[in-house]
Amino acid sequence: MMVSDNSALFWIFGVFTVLLAICGFYCILVTRNFIRTLIGLELLTKAVTLLVVLAGYVSGRTAISQSLAITIIVVEVVVIAVAAGIVFGIFKQIGSLNVTKMRNLKG
Amino acid sequence: MDLLLLTLLLACSLWAVLTRSLLMSAIALASASIVLTLLMFRLDAPIAAVFELSVCAGLITVIFVSTISLTKPVTRPELKQQTKNRIKRYWYLPVLVFVTAAFLGFYMVYPELPALVSLPDIDFRDVMWKLRQTDILGQIVIILAGVFGVVVLLKEKMNHDGQ
Repeated sequence: MMVSDNSALFWIFGVFTVLLAICGFYCILVTRNFIRTLIGLELLTKAVTLLVVLAGYVSGRTAISQSLAITIIVVEVVVIAVAAGIVFGIFKQIGSLNVTKMRNLKG
Repeated sequence: MDLLLLTLLLACSLWAVLTRSLLMSAIALASASIVLTLLMFRLDAPIAAVFELSVCAGLITVIFVSTISLTKPVTRPELKQQTKNRIKRYWYLPVLVFVTAAFLGFYMVYPELPALVSLPDIDFRDVMWKLRQTDILGQIVIILAGVFGVVVLLKEKMNHDGQ
């Protein structure tokens, strides 16, 4: 079966998006540093943004995909700003960025 | 060209995850954003690309760098211990990425995408301001919520005297 150009492009980008998401998930799962968790989250959102823009390009609806990508970027930056504030607050409380040291609520 | 940029994007993100220094990690994330911007330009989304460049490569890097500089760097013995642990914990990631890439590249069957009805070319501004008005409202609310969140979180705690 002959695969059209758009289809091939979609699957190539799709594979790389999956790999990018794996990097983000791995970073979130393995790290014990708060800032690195945020970096993993950022990588995940990058994968999603790329997928949205790609879907728009392949289906020929670039205007709506750009609009959605901009919404994603705005949400992403607000989430990161608030999370960085929370990380700073936690640092002021416990004096460390290590997640394993945050056990004040442990029963 | 696309393949080269995608590989560069993956390399930048791997660098961001695997590097030891947090500052280098933030810089790697910014370079990943720049490569993503180039990819978006190639995917015919210039406005979103400019947004990505200014916000993700600029603002988020500033947020990360300021958070890193506001918090305490780790001491040398801690760093030694961390390095030992890091290699143990992180060496799976390149292997995992490589195995997944090989699996997806060689063994998956990629079906043809269904043909879509071609739509008349709509202007981005029409979509943004007329079709997706609720999104704009949501964005405004989220930005305001974020601003209040940051103000509350970073506010210095007052004493009982109000000082």
